[in-house]
Amino acid sequence: MSLPIIEMRAISKRFGALLANDNVSLSVAPGEILGLLGENGAGKTTLMNILFGVYISDGGSILIDGKPAQIHNSADALNHGIGMVHQHFHLAPRLTVIENLLVGTPGKNGQLDIAGAKAKLKNIERDFGLKLNPDTLVASLAVGEQQRLEIIKALFRDARLLILDEPTAVLAPPDVDGLFAALRAIAAKGLGIIFISHKLNEVRALTTRCVVLRHGRLAGEVPKPAAASARQIAELMCGHEIVPPSRPPANPGKPVLQLENISTSAHAGAGLKNVTLEVHAGEILGIAGVSGNGQKALADVISGLLNPKAGTLKINGQTVSDISPRQVQAMGLGRIPEDRLAAGLVSNMSLAHSIALPRIGQAPFSRQGLLQSGAIAEFAKDQIKEYGIQCQGPDVRTGTLSGGNLQKALLARELAFHPKVLIVSQPTRGLDVGATHFVYEKFLSLRASGCGLMVISEDLEELLTLSDRIAVLYEGEIVGLVKSENATVSRLGLLMNGAREQAA
Amino acid sequence: MNAVFEQIFQVGFLAAIIRIATPLAFATLGEMISERSGVLNLGIEGIMLLSAMTGFTAAYYSGNLWVGVIVAAATGALMAAVHAVFTVGLGLSQHVCGIGITLFCTGLAYFLFRLLFQDSSNPPTVTSFQSLAIPFLSSIPIIGQAVFNQFTLTYIAMIGVPVIAFALYRTPWGLNLRMAGENPHAADSAGVSVKAVRFQAVVLGGAFMGVAGAFLTMAQFNTFTFGVISGRGWIAIALVVFGRWDPLRCAGAALLFAFIDAFQLRLQTAGVGHVPYQVFLALPFVFTIIAMAVMSRNASAPPALLKAFRKEER
Repeated sequence: MSLPIIEMRAISKRFGALLANDNVSLSVAPGEILGLLGENGAGKTTLMNILFGVYISDGGSILIDGKPAQIHNSADALNHGIGMVHQHFHLAPRLTVIENLLVGTPGKNGQLDIAGAKAKLKNIERDFGLKLNPDTLVASLAVGEQQRLEIIKALFRDARLLILDEPTAVLAPPDVDGLFAALRAIAAKGLGIIFISHKLNEVRALTTRCVVLRHGRLAGEVPKPAAASARQIAELMCGHEIVPPSRPPANPGKPVLQLENISTSAHAGAGLKNVTLEVHAGEILGIAGVSGNGQKALADVISGLLNPKAGTLKINGQTVSDISPRQVQAMGLGRIPEDRLAAGLVSNMSLAHSIALPRIGQAPFSRQGLLQSGAIAEFAKDQIKEYGIQCQGPDVRTGTLSGGNLQKALLARELAFHPKVLIVSQPTRGLDVGATHFVYEKFLSLRASGCGLMVISEDLEELLTLSDRIAVLYEGEIVGLVKSENATVSRLGLLMNGAREQAA
Repeated sequence: MNAVFEQIFQVGFLAAIIRIATPLAFATLGEMISERSGVLNLGIEGIMLLSAMTGFTAAYYSGNLWVGVIVAAATGALMAAVHAVFTVGLGLSQHVCGIGITLFCTGLAYFLFRLLFQDSSNPPTVTSFQSLAIPFLSSIPIIGQAVFNQFTLTYIAMIGVPVIAFALYRTPWGLNLRMAGENPHAADSAGVSVKAVRFQAVVLGGAFMGVAGAFLTMAQFNTFTFGVISGRGWIAIALVVFGRWDPLRCAGAALLFAFIDAFQLRLQTAGVGHVPYQVFLALPFVFTIIAMAVMSRNASAPPALLKAFRKEER
């Protein structure tokens, strides 16, 4: 085997009491696509940040081409041929593609070397099939193209090792195929790639080898990911056997959420057209559909954020007269929005305040118009304990929590007040195996306790696992409603693309 | 009425516009450079006043006006460096620090001036810069006479605008500076030290503000008074928005404001009807408010303006 491009030996990193990386070693050979797996908080990002010079390790060493290297900042990392594609793109939307590429490069005779950069961009296009117009403004690029620019940026700086941090989290399925083709082309030229992901199927399809981190330590290695099962890898990640959630037969009661002939104007995609739906107590209704087909309007009408043009909304059998968030909440609705920070919790508030926010004006959180800090903190402490939210305490800034912990905090907040009906959007997006499992268990126990749930998701496997019935939205209409035992991915897929069916 | 306009629109009027625009152009460019890197400098008003004072004093004692200009630029750079230490180094609020710098510089300027020149009945003066006619160019009728018979500092401002535009848009330094104001995380991950870039931009901007102050006490006037800046720093902040953070547009904004200021000065002396002169005095500021209201709708500030950069924050 040829000399590895990079070798990390016995890396350790401590943040206060937390040992984020404990004696971790890994290496990447030329042409290799190494999968780096682990649950949230397992130390993947810390390890990669050490490689890219964001953090400096407390112990261990880094070897590049067999020689020890010191990486103290991103400039060092770039000089050593390490390129990083961050999950949140590091681009300037108001600058052009070529300007984004040229940042941080030395000029020619004191000027930006635009001609040279364009020539180099042509070479990258020829060698790796990655194409972008150099004079386009980044703001006008689609998400997939922006990611391509991030990859080109690394290649432009002559990276020999590419780190991609959950690159598929932001991509639609066709873009994922394009990304994989590009990464394979890059590896075929003898570059090394580290691919960080939660999605086990993608890791199995793409990587040539996998290492798994757990609680900051190396938990194991999967030499041939394609040959391993997703379940085997998942168990290595969370360290225990995974029992798929079991859904006992439904025992539906009276309807707790009813939409009658609801229509809305267009709202972040299609508006609703004459939608009639019922969710019964003790039932999970799944909503399938390609995103932009009315899911946002549906969720926002039920949450009281969008007033319908026509139709009636009933919660717990009673008509909602004045559709507003306060009203629907008072009638027993809980909501877990798609964007946990933008529409759920408040990034700059403490976790305790974020959790108490929807009921901040009521006892016990406030009395005589004054906030009761003690009660708010007490409530947060209880929820942190009960839901296993990993954080430093109730006073931690909400925005510092990981996706899985944010979702736990939202669940805690909504479930603490025993909703009659819960509406959730994309409940496990960006969550790791363990957190996903946790969310499923909570939903199913809520269902068993007689709550009605509406789950809007783009993940069909998820809907098939959770739902008793699945409705399909297409251009704002319900084009099919199927019992989940009769549903298959292919049948739902057809409906999602506009084929109609009689109601089940 | 025609006679009034004839009296106004002549060579002297055009020359006055350019003269009045000069300190505004320096101040606006200085503020623009700072803001383009992501740092608002509300210390501008005080920095201009203190620099006008120190520059004047240095010129007064050394007998050399250029020594005064250099001292003023250095004063501006130094005070801007203080602002940078707080806002870039420590990541404190740019608003609060800027106002603080203005208050501090204003107080310091009064204090030092009183300390140095205790006889208030007989204010000190210097022999101010004389205008320099550029051979051939200044003999072009009207335009040449107005544009090429100006102070050397004005010529420096004229050359400075395209030079800054070039540096900002065509050099690695300028691109790194713009990136620090657009997305500091992108700059950082491209191996650029965001703090160093911002520090440089703020300090350089401060030097420009200092020269703007020096122009007022050594070219436009020949003495230092406490009201010498009279809001020109605040105007510059508005002109940066009006000029959409672009060097050429910022210079244009300074010229437009100067045009209205020169115009109202002429109106005052021409004495139109029985309009009180205060109405004319207010004209440039009314213009500024209207222009800001109209322009700020589609003005887009550098996205990272006012945001301190910390490496590990998302």
